[in-house]
Amino acid sequence: MMKFISEFRDPARARALAGEIKKLAGGRWFNLMEICGTHTVSIFRSGLKSLLPPTIRLLSGPGCPVCVTPQRTIDSIIARARKPSTIIATFGDMLNVPGTTSSLREEKARGADIRLIYSPLECLTVARANPEKQVVFLAIGFETTIPSAAATLLSAGRSGLSNFFLVPAGRLIPPAMEFLLAGEETRIDGFLCPGHVSVIIGTEPYREIAERFGIPCVIAGFEALDILAAIRELLLMIDEGKAGVRNLYPRAVREEGNPRARKIMAEVFEVADAEWRGLGTIPRSGFILRPEFVGYDIDLVQPVEIPPAEENPLCICGQILRGTAEPDDCPAFRTACAPSHPLGPCMVSSEGTCAAWYQYGGDSVISNR
Amino acid sequence: MCLAVPMKIIAVEGEKARVSLGGLAQEIDVRFLSNPRPGEYVIVHAGFAIERLDPGEAEKTLALFREMELLDKANG
Amino acid sequence: MELKNKITLEHGSGSREARELISNLLLPGFKNRYLAPLADAASFKSPGDRLAFTTDSFVVSPLFFPGGDIGKLAVCGTVNDLAVAGARPIYLSCSFIIEENLDLSVFKQIVHSIGQWAKKAGVLIVTGDTKVVEAGNADKLYINTAGIGTVPDGLAFSPERVRTGDAVIISGTIAEHGLAVLAAREELDISPQLKSDCAPLNGLTEAMLKSGADIKMMRDPTRGGLAAVLNELAEGRNWGIELLESRLPVHARVKAALEILGLDPLSLASEGKLCAIVGEKDAERLVGVMKREPAGKRARIIGRVVREPRSMVILETEAGGRRIVDWPRGAPIPRIC
Repeated sequence: MMKFISEFRDPARARALAGEIKKLAGGRWFNLMEICGTHTVSIFRSGLKSLLPPTIRLLSGPGCPVCVTPQRTIDSIIARARKPSTIIATFGDMLNVPGTTSSLREEKARGADIRLIYSPLECLTVARANPEKQVVFLAIGFETTIPSAAATLLSAGRSGLSNFFLVPAGRLIPPAMEFLLAGEETRIDGFLCPGHVSVIIGTEPYREIAERFGIPCVIAGFEALDILAAIRELLLMIDEGKAGVRNLYPRAVREEGNPRARKIMAEVFEVADAEWRGLGTIPRSGFILRPEFVGYDIDLVQPVEIPPAEENPLCICGQILRGTAEPDDCPAFRTACAPSHPLGPCMVSSEGTCAAWYQYGGDSVISNR
Repeated sequence: MCLAVPMKIIAVEGEKARVSLGGLAQEIDVRFLSNPRPGEYVIVHAGFAIERLDPGEAEKTLALFREMELLDKANG
Repeated sequence: MELKNKITLEHGSGSREARELISNLLLPGFKNRYLAPLADAASFKSPGDRLAFTTDSFVVSPLFFPGGDIGKLAVCGTVNDLAVAGARPIYLSCSFIIEENLDLSVFKQIVHSIGQWAKKAGVLIVTGDTKVVEAGNADKLYINTAGIGTVPDGLAFSPERVRTGDAVIISGTIAEHGLAVLAAREELDISPQLKSDCAPLNGLTEAMLKSGADIKMMRDPTRGGLAAVLNELAEGRNWGIELLESRLPVHARVKAALEILGLDPLSLASEGKLCAIVGEKDAERLVGVMKREPAGKRARIIGRVVREPRSMVILETEAGGRRIVDWPRGAPIPRIC
């Protein structure tokens, strides 16, 4: 029994919530998008889809390590990994993301010094233990993680470390939501907003999007009951015709978010346009280092030469991520694009829509007995 | 990229704290919190406490779920 | 004669150094009359009518981890492969491929560990080999062990005997070895608190066989964990396996670490546990027998063989949902997503 975890996995309560959802849905179709990869994984691991009526489609949004890192970023970090003077420090999630011709896992197998870290602070320990090498941290993450990258950089400065660098690769969630809603005809009826991003940014950033696009947004935690309750809330809001934001994770998310974390993040990083794999450039959706900290940006301090990365023109991941196309609509699905040779993030990520379809021949649902 | 876990603060020393879950102890950074105290639960992500967990709110949420469960049972 | 403090190419070559290594370190470490002659082959009367024979190579990094080392793993791994085949392990071979410049003290520690665990498991190391390769041609130390055991008459372990309704039993808490090695290799803060469960299972299997329970087969969920072992079993069959997440025994500290690192216990290795498929009517009784053994204290039924869906492994989750248990995709890695 893990406190504040196990209680939110109670099967009897899950069943009750699922029953409510079924009643509310009444056989109608809904496209609900969960943006954060952590929600995707949680939904899969808890087998939630088997509890939901098939007419509720949960779309996996672009909030996963594969989607937020352009191929070019992977290629360039791989080029650095091949230098004997460089140690790459990365979260495990990035190990399997494919670049144009290789991945960090393959490079590690070939002898590159790539350290898997749990916390960005571990980079500083590695840097201190290897003063003759450059330690380069691949700083991916959303607003949940980027404050920690900022804090780490400030700590590096305080200790006078001169061999710690990073590749700023952080992304923001609200601009991605906006991007998905704008443009062509979208089929997103509601958003499950990432609970831990919201811990940092609060509820305000979603309000403007919710109002402008007339879409319900529910901030959700990550346990089974949290997600089910959020889905139920979205259906209620859709039926009430209510656009807006509701916080269903009040045990962690405050209205105002975490100002201290935001302050530290803003001290080190500023917002700029950024590229998302499969989606292209989204305005003001990425984090770059402020001028006084650019000395930590390894790509500015020591650029590497890499051949141009090209996204495959057949890839329609952008539409799949918006819910306007399904894997079967894609000309490359199962032919040019498969898990062993993926073209875009929907197939690369093992929780991506196309990967799941390929594996299970359709949506991966096991119906209840 | 939001994997985070509620853990209980055992001790605090400056910017660091010792936290525990299921008997497993970990040292984390608590600079994002103002005045963290032993006995409090915090949400831990990548070695940092990103927020306190509010037990009052947790209990309210659970009460709501309990209510729904009872209703569900009553309706058969 | 003095042993230098590092392993050199000389130690693997048929030289005096090699002979000294064997006589002064390996022979006393493994002490038995079959090994003592140091002949090219060990010779003995056949220990039984039916024999089981297995081999495994061990390439674990790091060499030492909380709860064990590569030596202990090399003994237990092969002992356990024999044990889950229903055999009584008797003799082991032990071959080393050593990267030059390995610290002699490291090698000594591992040899000591092998001798210790062979003794505890009740097996004799009767033959072996030592080779040393140039720096860069091996990752510090690789060990291969092969093992011979005797199989009782009438033993019929086979996936062909598995039937719908059979119970799936695990002998104890899972995921410990995989997690311990991962944490040690990545030098995680929490590593010292996560111990491998590496241990010999032959005592337990002996008791299980003696019970007369209708055991269809056994496997040890090593690399790839239960997910690998059960998918392997179910593939292509006209039955499937259903597991209950709420029944999976996981140590509290391990559970906590899995939550923190975002790992799935089903795809992490155990090196001191076995999984058995047994006829429904004998399941509870067998669990009782297992719980009386030191290696089976937390044995329990974790699932059953089902008619549908066939050829796959399904999990009824803690929250009451259902999902497929995939083949593990590569080695488990900690995540933040």
